[in-house]
Amino acid sequence: MDPVRVDQAGEAVIEFRAASCRPGGGRDRVSDLTFTVRRGETLVLLGRSGAGKTTALKLINRLLEPTSGEVRVEGRRTTDWDPIRLRRRIGYVIQDVGLLPHLRVADNVGLVPRLEGWDPERIRLRVRELLTVVGLDPDEYAARRPDALSGGQRQRVGVARALAADPPVLLMDEPFGALDPVTRAEMQAEFGALAKRLGKTIVFVTHDVREALRLGTRIGLFADGRLVALHAAAEFVKATEPEAAGFIRVLRDPQRAADPPPSISPGRG
Amino acid sequence: MRAIDLLRFAWGAVAGHRLRSALTMLGIAIGIAAVILLTSLGQGLREFVIAEFTQFGTNIIAINPGKSETTGGSPVAMAGTIRKLTIEDAEALRRLPQVEATMPVAFGNARVEHEQRGRNVLVYGVTSEVPRVWKFNVRQGQFLPPGDPRRGATVAVLGSKLKREIFGDTNALGRRIRIGGRPFRVIGVMEPKGQFLQIDLDDTVFVPVSEAMSLFNRDDLIEIDVVFRSARFTSQVRDGIMAVMLDRHDGEEDFTITTQESMLEVLGRIIGVVTTAVGAIGGISLVVGAIGILTMMWISVNESTSEIGLLRALGARQSQILIHFLLQAALLATAGGAFGIGAGLGIARLLKLVLPRLPVSTPPEYIAAALGLSFVVGLLSGVLPARRAAGLDPIVALRAE
Repeated sequence: MDPVRVDQAGEAVIEFRAASCRPGGGRDRVSDLTFTVRRGETLVLLGRSGAGKTTALKLINRLLEPTSGEVRVEGRRTTDWDPIRLRRRIGYVIQDVGLLPHLRVADNVGLVPRLEGWDPERIRLRVRELLTVVGLDPDEYAARRPDALSGGQRQRVGVARALAADPPVLLMDEPFGALDPVTRAEMQAEFGALAKRLGKTIVFVTHDVREALRLGTRIGLFADGRLVALHAAAEFVKATEPEAAGFIRVLRDPQRAADPPPSISPGRG
Repeated sequence: MRAIDLLRFAWGAVAGHRLRSALTMLGIAIGIAAVILLTSLGQGLREFVIAEFTQFGTNIIAINPGKSETTGGSPVAMAGTIRKLTIEDAEALRRLPQVEATMPVAFGNARVEHEQRGRNVLVYGVTSEVPRVWKFNVRQGQFLPPGDPRRGATVAVLGSKLKREIFGDTNALGRRIRIGGRPFRVIGVMEPKGQFLQIDLDDTVFVPVSEAMSLFNRDDLIEIDVVFRSARFTSQVRDGIMAVMLDRHDGEEDFTITTQESMLEVLGRIIGVVTTAVGAIGGISLVVGAIGILTMMWISVNESTSEIGLLRALGARQSQILIHFLLQAALLATAGGAFGIGAGLGIARLLKLVLPRLPVSTPPEYIAAALGLSFVVGLLSGVLPARRAAGLDPIVALRAE
């Protein structure tokens, strides 16, 4: 990402305007969401399971469409975008399924450029570049299949794939949720550094308040399908909303404090 | 997305489940092998029969007395003069355009004797044209001399087997034999020709047609063979023969004209039906194989719903998903087909080794057709699963994790 764009932080890339979504009828999964994600920031959507974080994420790449209100990406309503074009401009990392088991690491990473019809040599170079960016030696890993990787390595490949076509926006749905605590901490540290360096606009879903604090520029707190609080990360511990209290308590809980401190060594996950 | 990438991804999915893919391929392979083998037998049979019938060439027309078709019994026609085939008919036909030779033929069975040895054989009354008309050559001596077919000499040419039976290894040329009690002089011995429709053409003797007619005490011919320049004049010559014969037989069609073409056509049709029937039997196993592919693809789509959802979330088009699964099915089937062709050809060759007389022949276009067929079978059996995959709602598919 060129530094010029980072300087433009503040411009809204994603806007939710009173967006509600009730997929397949029933009650609203999310209601009346209004917030913006600014260029270059990492907005963390924090909340318990079922709070509507993932639904909000899927509204951005039009896997879901708002039942009322609207969601805009780069100024355009998602429903006005060709969903294919929209999704190719948005990197997507999810917790479990991530990689296609029959494809080599290189093919998994090069998937979106392939869908876009890039020239093979350009794809090859891009894949090498990205594997290096996420801390995997291309010579060692490019030809492997996903089942020959550890959980952390798979998640790195997932991140590399999300970045492959250089999308301005990244959506990450509990990407490190399935990793053991040590690996998770490593990945968080590396990813935090990477996010700053790349200047992507990132929406990051998690239920882990420590992760939110570590990675977020701002933290949006979800409860029962609503955005109940939106604070700069540094302000979050001072939040007064009752829904925030539970998460803040977790931070102070001596038992949870027994978790290993986050490691910043770039070890392999 | 480039075609090669689509192909590679599809192959990756096939190769990803080795055992399952191999078993599915086996179904198609067996079907294709059966089709190849059975149609090879059919084709071998066709070639065998055609070779049998064209050993006299394709530019020959035979005329036999009598009408082979059943006609309405009109009393007037019945009362009409039924003319027999005559040497004069043969001579008249010789003057038709494109005709190169005509040969009157009469034959019957008689005993051929030399000193103490004797043998009942088929006696052909023909003319000097045999080598040309029947493509049947003399090995030793000469064939019957040319001349007026109404006045033949008492000379005979022996078939190779008859010569061996009567004379053994000794020279037969110039020797005297008796045919049906009448004296003849041997002037030639034929090359071996083999059998035609169970008639051993080497266990025969050739004499002038006039001699045969008097030997068998008849004044008509059993056949007139007409040889013309090339098979492409068949219908023209046939029409000419019809006109001349009708003219000479008072407008009565009391003869049958048999072209090689019509004979081959009838035979070809019969064999075609047989080949199609056995091919269809092979086709049944192909259908079973196709169902195998359909089942496996269906399972495969169900197993990879979350991946399909992911692909869609990353911006893969429905059409790309569709093509991916269609290709996967087509690849499975085509690979299976290739194995099947190999197996079919192998078994065909083995059959030929074990049973050398069994006619087996696989034209290259059958192989190409079998490969194409397996590709199409794969595509067809992939349609349902692929449509299901492409139709998956990405959000539902992603939830299936």
